[in-house]
Order: sequence, then C-alpha cells, then structure tokens
Amino acid sequence: MEWSALWLTARLALVTSGVLLLVGLPVAWWLATTKWRGRMFVEAVVALPLVLPPTVIGYYVLVGLGPKSGLGRWLGDLTGHTLPFTFTGLVVASALYSLPFAVQPFTGAFRSVQRELLEAASNLGSTPARIFRRIAIPLAWPGLLSGIVLSFAHTLGEFGVVLMVGGNIRGETRTVSISIYDSVQTMDYETAGRTAAVLLIISFIVLSITYALQKDFRLAPR
Amino acid sequence: MKSLATTGVPDTFAAVLRCGFCLFLAIFAWLPARADDAGKPLLIAAAADLKFTLDDLVSAYEAAHPGHAVKPSYGSSGTLFAQIDNGAPFDLFLSADVKFPKQLIERGKADQDSLFSYAIGHLVLWAPKESRLDVTHLGINAVLDPVVKKVAIANPKVAPYGAAAEAALQKLGVYEKVAPKLVLGENIAQTAQFVQSGAADLGLVSLSLALSPKMKDTGKYWEVPGDAFPRLEQAGVICTGGASAAEARQFREFLKTAPAREVLRRYGFALPAEEK
Repeated sequence: MEWSALWLTARLALVTSGVLLLVGLPVAWWLATTKWRGRMFVEAVVALPLVLPPTVIGYYVLVGLGPKSGLGRWLGDLTGHTLPFTFTGLVVASALYSLPFAVQPFTGAFRSVQRELLEAASNLGSTPARIFRRIAIPLAWPGLLSGIVLSFAHTLGEFGVVLMVGGNIRGETRTVSISIYDSVQTMDYETAGRTAAVLLIISFIVLSITYALQKDFRLAPR
Repeated sequence: MKSLATTGVPDTFAAVLRCGFCLFLAIFAWLPARADDAGKPLLIAAAADLKFTLDDLVSAYEAAHPGHAVKPSYGSSGTLFAQIDNGAPFDLFLSADVKFPKQLIERGKADQDSLFSYAIGHLVLWAPKESRLDVTHLGINAVLDPVVKKVAIANPKVAPYGAAAEAALQKLGVYEKVAPKLVLGENIAQTAQFVQSGAADLGLVSLSLALSPKMKDTGKYWEVPGDAFPRLEQAGVICTGGASAAEARQFREFLKTAPAREVLRRYGFALPAEEK
C-alpha cells in the first residue's frame, strides 16, 4: 500500500474540486440565467469530457501545455516548469476532465431556484452580486454540494488522463489508480488488492456521506 | 420549527463559506508542498525490464549514500522517451535500447556526452510452471502448439523488447503462424504480467524479469538464441530537463561499480565491458 499515492490523490481531488468550485460557479450561474441562444455551444463544451476518451483530454493537455506550444512555454516561464508531468499539470487536466461533474449539477441547482425570489430581491433593491450570494447560493446549496462531491469523487477515480500526462513519479504524479496499475504490472497483486480495497472503501464512504447530506436537505422545511 | 428565512439560510450560507474557505486552504496547501519536493530526489525514467533490478540497485545506492533519495518510474522506453521529449522532469533515462537515448540527444533533451551503455539484455520465452508445455525443450516451437491461444509480447512500437520479440519470431520462421495469437503489453513488465497471471499462455519477456523474485519460482523459460534478434544493448543518458544532474552523474558512476554490476549480473544482464 503506497500511502504517498493515497495522500497525493486526496490532495489532487481536493484542489481540483476547489478549482472547479471557483471556475464552475460563475459559469453555471451564467448558464442558468443567460437568455443568449448560443448557450448550447457552451453547454456542449462543458459536457465534452463526458463523451471524450480521457486519452483525448490527455493528448491536448500534453501537446497544448507542453514545451512545444506557445501557451505551454508561457505557463512554463510563469511557473518555472512545464505543466505536463507535474502536480499542477494534473490539476489542470483533472479540472478539465471533471468539469461537467461540477458545472452540470451547479447549473441544475441554480435553475431550480425560483425566479420569483430572485426578482423580488431585485425589486427590493438588491445588487446582482448580493442576490447571488444571499439567495441563489443558499437555495442551490444541495445541488452545489453534489457538484463538489461528484467532482471530488470523479477525480479520485481518474486514470487515463493521469496515465498520459502524469509520468508516474512517486509523490508527485503517481495517484492511487496509477499505483494500482503499477502494482499489477509488476505482479504485486497483494499491494494492488490492498490499495484497490482502500479506494473502494473511501469511495463508498464519500458517496454515502453525499446521499446522507442530500437526505437531510430533502427533509429540510420548505 | 424555525423558519428557513431567519436561521436556515444564514446557516447554510455559513456552511458554504466554511467549505469554500477549506478548499481555498487546500489549494494553497499544495504550493508549499511543492516547495518541499525541491529536496531534489533523483528522478529516473527506467525501461520496464529494469523493474526489479533497479529497485535492488536503488536500495544499494541509497544505503551507500544516506540522505539521497532516488525515485524510479518504469515504462516502455518509447513511452518514457515521449514523456521526456514533452518536458517530463526526469534526471536520468535508462532505456532498453540505444536508439531512444540518442534521439533525446538529437532533440537537445539530453546531454550529448552523457550517453553510456550499462547492460546487454536477453530475451526468453516464458511459460507458467503449471503449463503442460515444456518450453525449455520445445523452444520456439512451443508457440505453435494448438493449446496455445495467446502469446504475449511487448508493443514493438514503444518497447525494444517487443521489437526484439517480433524480430525473433520472424527470424525463427514462426511469425506468420503466431501473429493471430499475439497480445501486446504496453511495456515488458505488463507483458510479463499477462503471462505470469495465466491470461496469456506464453510470453516473450526479458531474462531480467524471468529471474525476478515474482517469476523465478512460478515459471520456466527458454532462452531465445542471441542471433535471432538485434542485440539488446541498453543505454542511459542524463536529461537536460532534470533538476539533479550532479546526482544523475553520481548514479551513473555507481552503475559502473562492482556491487552494481553484481546486481545486474544476478538479473541475467551481460555487461558492456566484459562482452567483447
């Protein structure tokens, strides 16, 4: 059992869901409230990682953020190292890969907020920022929580993208799923089995907590 | 029951804030964690046939140099080559051939003067112990036996041992017949795993893996004659994108010492200087 891999994966999943919360909330709010007709293209882009093989995302991260692309070189100068095969690179790849798992629940949650409440607040003189903060977010909270937990859980189980852009470096880019793959490849079935069991248990606990939380919210007074 | 308007909303809002705050902390927690990593371990990208050999070598090296950490990552030489070419921060590349390290030098990703041969590998045909095929005596003809449904080799495109296996099957005149039975491992270690687990009936793997603790007692093998495939000269090179070039040079020197050569020999490698 490689604890450094487990710790790394937990850190990656936490940071990724944090990034997705920051990026996803405004995008989801915009998607839920805009009347622009081209909205569907943005929604399609957000949903792309659901249908694309992880290798496609891996390929674009590798080539797009590597030392051969202008963007990659610019980011490299900025951070002091090129992004592929680093923890930061994994965060970028994971955020792309788990994007729909955050933005879709967020959008659904915002859409379920009654418009009348938002309009009433607006009529009573609230600024849009204040409405977002004091009405939309609290009312959409169960859906937002689902998005956070789902993107966290999805990142825990990520494999293909990490395989392509990770480089399997211990303590840096070797996540739990890669460490299981590594153990099986080297015929160390015992370690693979133990690590797989730990991941199974953690995933079960995370999902149980999610459903428990959702149940609390369903029972909450309306 | 308290009304949602007076307590529920502020409570959940506070929860959102707390949660957001924690995530913020998590994001910034990773920056110092990265700074710690600058304790500069030696990152080695190593061909998968070295898996057990290099693990032993690293233990010996770390024992001889207290405080020095070495982190090997294994894969097919071609995959590792592509990763280094795309900016992977490895310090030392131990390939299973000479071609990939030379290409790295051509592309400016490795130090021109640092190319060195460290071992000559060997190819074997391996079968699980419980297999009724007597590979040791049948030799290459074992792959033609009707009970054999799958023969594992490494992907010839990225794994030098896979290319050697393909060449050997052709040279020994069985390639056409065995081609429909071939399954490709991503690297030689995965190829070995395919056959060691019984998923494939036979596999063409490196002698170094056949002699590893995991495979030694669970199977039998036949050494493919050395003239049936191009020489598996394994070379290494110091990468220019790494952060520990001095440490990489030190490890390279270590590979030439008697204890290191002893480990390589134990795993069936021939050594460059002894072989004339």
